[in-house]
Amino acid sequence: MKINKLILSFISAVAILLSTSVVSFAKVVGDKIVLGAAISLTGKYSSNGVHTQNGYNMAVDRINSMGGVKVGGKTYKFEIIYYDDESNPKRAAQLAERLISQDGVEFMLGPYSSGLTKAIAPVTEKYGVPMVEANGASRSLFTKGYKYLFAVLAPANLYLDVAIRTAVELNGGKGVRIAQAFEQDAFSQDVRLGILDAAKETGSEIIIDDKLPKELNDMAATLVKVKQMKPDVLVVSGHTKGALTAIRQIAEMKVDVPMLAMTHCDAAKLSKQHGKNSQYALCASQWHKTLTYKDNFFKDGMTYAADFQKEFGYDPPYQSAESSAALLVFKDAFERANSFDQKKVRDALAATNMQTFYGNIKFAPGGQNVDKPMVLFQVMCDGAGKCENKVVAPLKWASAKLIHPIPKWSER
Amino acid sequence: MDFMVFQYPMITVQACLDGILLGILFALIAYGMALQWGVMNIINIAQGDLVILGGYIAYFMYLYGIHPAWGVIVSPIIMYFVGVGIYKLVINKVVDRDLFISILATFGISILFMQLMNFAFGADVVLANSGYGTTFLFDSAVVLPNSKIFSAFVSIVFAICLVIYMKKSKLGRAIRATAQNARAAKILGVDTEKVYAATFGLNAALCGVAGALISITFTIHPYMGLPYTIRSFMIVIVAGLGNLPGVAMSGMGLGVFEEFADYILGTEFRIGSVFLLLVLILVYRRFKLSRKREYLK
Repeated sequence: MKINKLILSFISAVAILLSTSVVSFAKVVGDKIVLGAAISLTGKYSSNGVHTQNGYNMAVDRINSMGGVKVGGKTYKFEIIYYDDESNPKRAAQLAERLISQDGVEFMLGPYSSGLTKAIAPVTEKYGVPMVEANGASRSLFTKGYKYLFAVLAPANLYLDVAIRTAVELNGGKGVRIAQAFEQDAFSQDVRLGILDAAKETGSEIIIDDKLPKELNDMAATLVKVKQMKPDVLVVSGHTKGALTAIRQIAEMKVDVPMLAMTHCDAAKLSKQHGKNSQYALCASQWHKTLTYKDNFFKDGMTYAADFQKEFGYDPPYQSAESSAALLVFKDAFERANSFDQKKVRDALAATNMQTFYGNIKFAPGGQNVDKPMVLFQVMCDGAGKCENKVVAPLKWASAKLIHPIPKWSER
Repeated sequence: MDFMVFQYPMITVQACLDGILLGILFALIAYGMALQWGVMNIINIAQGDLVILGGYIAYFMYLYGIHPAWGVIVSPIIMYFVGVGIYKLVINKVVDRDLFISILATFGISILFMQLMNFAFGADVVLANSGYGTTFLFDSAVVLPNSKIFSAFVSIVFAICLVIYMKKSKLGRAIRATAQNARAAKILGVDTEKVYAATFGLNAALCGVAGALISITFTIHPYMGLPYTIRSFMIVIVAGLGNLPGVAMSGMGLGVFEEFADYILGTEFRIGSVFLLLVLILVYRRFKLSRKREYLK
């Protein structure tokens, strides 16, 4: 017994020793720059988690095959260590710790969703690890004074700002009456704050302001109120669930509203799941393949979409495009810093000013990208019931004319 | 607080009708729960997850081009065997143990189902379109989606069939006998093991029907089961076991309560108000029980 115990403790001592010595391989091994990412591969965010991962992988392959990253006269290749955070913020924070303190990762890519980014940011900040994230848009991420957090996407409060401004413009510059329903999570509430700001600035009035619970699958009550009060704009944001429920019930209850603006339409595959019922819905998007931004790696949106389709078998949602852009930002920053010193890379990131196929990227002191406006697309269907998303605002990129007001159900 | 619902009589009517249609669907799920609770003394936390699984069956039929309404026939058949399978694997080991053990076991099944569904079907929110259109009442002041009317109608049909089955068939009589006194039933030659398996299967089949209906009327998502468990639990607590009219009434009551809570307190408190009501009812029951005990002393 005693000998057994002795042997056991000896083995474990050796194991511990071995593990600690293996652990401290650092961010740059040989010709590899190792980035770390905790991503939701299982759990409720798993579909968007996979979009994020595909976006990262696509960019890594592309950058590596096109010559990699040149630092100090030497060429390096990107490599990413992934862990599955199970869509759980606590787990994400643990994994960030593990990536940094055990795996020795010195540069991080972001997870999917604002909630998980919020969980990881304090950890990367504590260790001074620069993180470029592509899927956390919540405004509160950028007001905490984080120095090492950079987001390539526009903050959540700008998502539907364009919709309200467009509605006001179409109303001859006069304020409009807004009905809104938002889920009670960090992201949707930020979208809501953006609407409140836009309403204030344009002299618009909010006549219905409903909050949706996260288990929601019935918003008939909100829609009955909309029928009664007849607002000019109806705004809904509640992730894919909110978008799907809204379209289903608006069609079933034949709710007529001149403008319907939402988030998460393409993640919800609205036009596929609802077909013609989703027609005329306006959707906020970070990116659309028809935008004319360019870079040297992916050329432009259409080429990116075609390449992505070839590699992964589906049309890239904006979650993938912005994730790919995060790698382009890292490459650019490494080359400008010409060093792997975390502080120098951080300063280079802060000074980023570039164009990618996904859009212009320039970070405000808070870390959010201020150089890329949101776009609005409208679901448009042809006579055969085939629906497509067409960019309608801002006008600079519009590929179709906004249809306003939405025709009444009785006339469709 | 917003009392708009009382200011416009048509909105009041709308809320009541919406609530009743919804409540009938809840009552169907609750009836399944009451059945197995009464027979086996098991509170099934996985009830809502069985509902969602039933919904996925209808959804997949829809994906393959079959009208999802057929789900109300196919889904219960598949779910019956899923139910019997769960019984044989897990429930038969906890059926004679105390309530706490069975709650733990079904809680475990619930988590397992959620994760498996997420793994198999993905985390996307999905729905099946029935294309049933809309019914307008009172000069279009009240609108009722036909899918909701269809759900309520199918629920009623299934409930009636089940009642007749329980009254007339041999298995139905055996189930009722086991519910009244399992030991006596066993002595008189009822194979209680078989009865238990069939009861759990029947419950799962009812969940299958409800799930198919939910995929047509609302949305399906791997993690959306719990609210359905809570609602049926509450309906059963209010109505008591083995009281079908009571289950139907309290189901509709809950539906209407939810709708009014939605209008008055706001949509964010819709599910919350159900939980609150549950707590109040439990406290009230406890209060009543304790008074009774004092009286007996």
